[in-house]
Amino acid sequence: MTVVNAVLQGVFLGAFYAVLACGLSIMFGVMRIINLAHGDLAVLGAYITLVIVDRLGVSPFIAFLIALPVMIALGYVLHLTVLERSLKSGILTPLLATFGLSIVIQNLLLITFSPDVHSLGRSAGTLTTASWQVTSGLSVSALGILVLVVAVLVFGALQVFLSRTRLGWTMRATAEDADAAELVGIDSRGTYAWATALAVAIAALGGLFLGIRSVFDPVSGPTQLIFAFEAVVIGGMGSLRGTLVGGIALGVAQTLGAQVNPEFAVISGHLLFLVVLIARFGGGRMVLRVAR
Amino acid sequence: MSLLHVEALDCRYGLLQAVRGVSFEVAQGETLALIGANGAGKTTLLRSLAGAHRPHGGRVVFDGADITTLPAHSRVERGIALVPEGRRLFPGLTVEENLKVATGRRRGRWNVKSVLEVFPLLRPRLQLLAANLSGGEQQAVAIGRALMSNPRLLMLDEVSLGLAPVVVDSVYRSLAGIIAEGATVVLVEQDLTRALKVADRVVCMLEGRVVLEGDAKSLDRDTVVKAYFGLRRTA
Repeated sequence: MTVVNAVLQGVFLGAFYAVLACGLSIMFGVMRIINLAHGDLAVLGAYITLVIVDRLGVSPFIAFLIALPVMIALGYVLHLTVLERSLKSGILTPLLATFGLSIVIQNLLLITFSPDVHSLGRSAGTLTTASWQVTSGLSVSALGILVLVVAVLVFGALQVFLSRTRLGWTMRATAEDADAAELVGIDSRGTYAWATALAVAIAALGGLFLGIRSVFDPVSGPTQLIFAFEAVVIGGMGSLRGTLVGGIALGVAQTLGAQVNPEFAVISGHLLFLVVLIARFGGGRMVLRVAR
Repeated sequence: MSLLHVEALDCRYGLLQAVRGVSFEVAQGETLALIGANGAGKTTLLRSLAGAHRPHGGRVVFDGADITTLPAHSRVERGIALVPEGRRLFPGLTVEENLKVATGRRRGRWNVKSVLEVFPLLRPRLQLLAANLSGGEQQAVAIGRALMSNPRLLMLDEVSLGLAPVVVDSVYRSLAGIIAEGATVVLVEQDLTRALKVADRVVCMLEGRVVLEGDAKSLDRDTVVKAYFGLRRTA
């Protein structure tokens, strides 16, 4: 029963990773940018939500809805000001630009909010503590269910958006061939900017869940980025459905590892990531060669 | 008045000058064939007219407005569509999505239904991914996709490239219908006989320059061939 419970908790944890990874996956899929500031954007979203909670005394969910337009605008402007320029000069420049952006965000947060640790959990009320005991060894937390449901909804809505709407087709067309997309009348610049806005908005949702589930400080971003990145790679880069599966696989690997020894939680997630990397990119042969 | 007016256009790739001081006009309702050997600058010229390549010098005037610096998608909005070399479909989109994604703001006779009337071979293929189509079907989608924006000027870059002769015939039959309706067309074609047959006027390029321009009916094949290979200079 403990194993079943571990898997279940892993699914809940993994759904959180999937939400964090979603925006990363969108930006890689559409623009081939690996956004190293993704985790910091999520944390920034959490801070903005925190400020609204403090000022207006509303629940974090209401505060998040207020923060959402700010994050969307931020993503849109971010593309036009930083990413677009960096995209023009090769594949390495966006990596450097977002790395720099990550440092800038962390330091701005440090200056504004001090290095103190914050949480949105307290203001979320009983949601953080409510749970149902299914059997003696199996309990389901309300927050876990909520994150899982939201994750499935977000990924499902994105799937519908990409396959049914005109803006969705536009995004897929631009992702496949930006030059040809321009030739059929698609404003690739605007499409990229909307994709970034979408990615940043979903990053902020990840930040909200991070703040409710646990704590965050100005330098929490990179850790979240690593988990998000691993989820994207495990699920297959550029595949949204894969990212949901990848996030959940990572979560399950971590809770199963923790079952063996609490110290193994994070490392077993990394191990899964490495195994997938080796299996997928023919690294097996390389490892053998090195071993010989 | 001419629909398209090109004035002393210069296009470069770094140090390589692909188009050198090219000027010509295309009248409303006219079909112009651009011919020339490989590397003569035809594709670069079309891409510059469509806005996919920023020219180094010169002017492009469309319907009386200078569009030299407009990006490609704004030119589509004004009514210029290019069927690019190599077709460049979106392989991960279905045929229907490939067509619908190109729906523009311009109103006109073209929509998915009317494109299917011109290319009925696409009807059973609508839900297929573009990557899984045959070459002829892909070319039909590429032309249909360009038509979806209801262009006033349709440019086609080597539509017959890599297609079986029978398929080329069928593509050109569909094109002839579109041209007969009064569309303005600029096309690049390697097959001289076909170019002379379908076009009203011919512009022949050599090493980035226009070396011959004239009525398709009045030009004899021999003159064109000489211009094509650059034999006039030595003759």
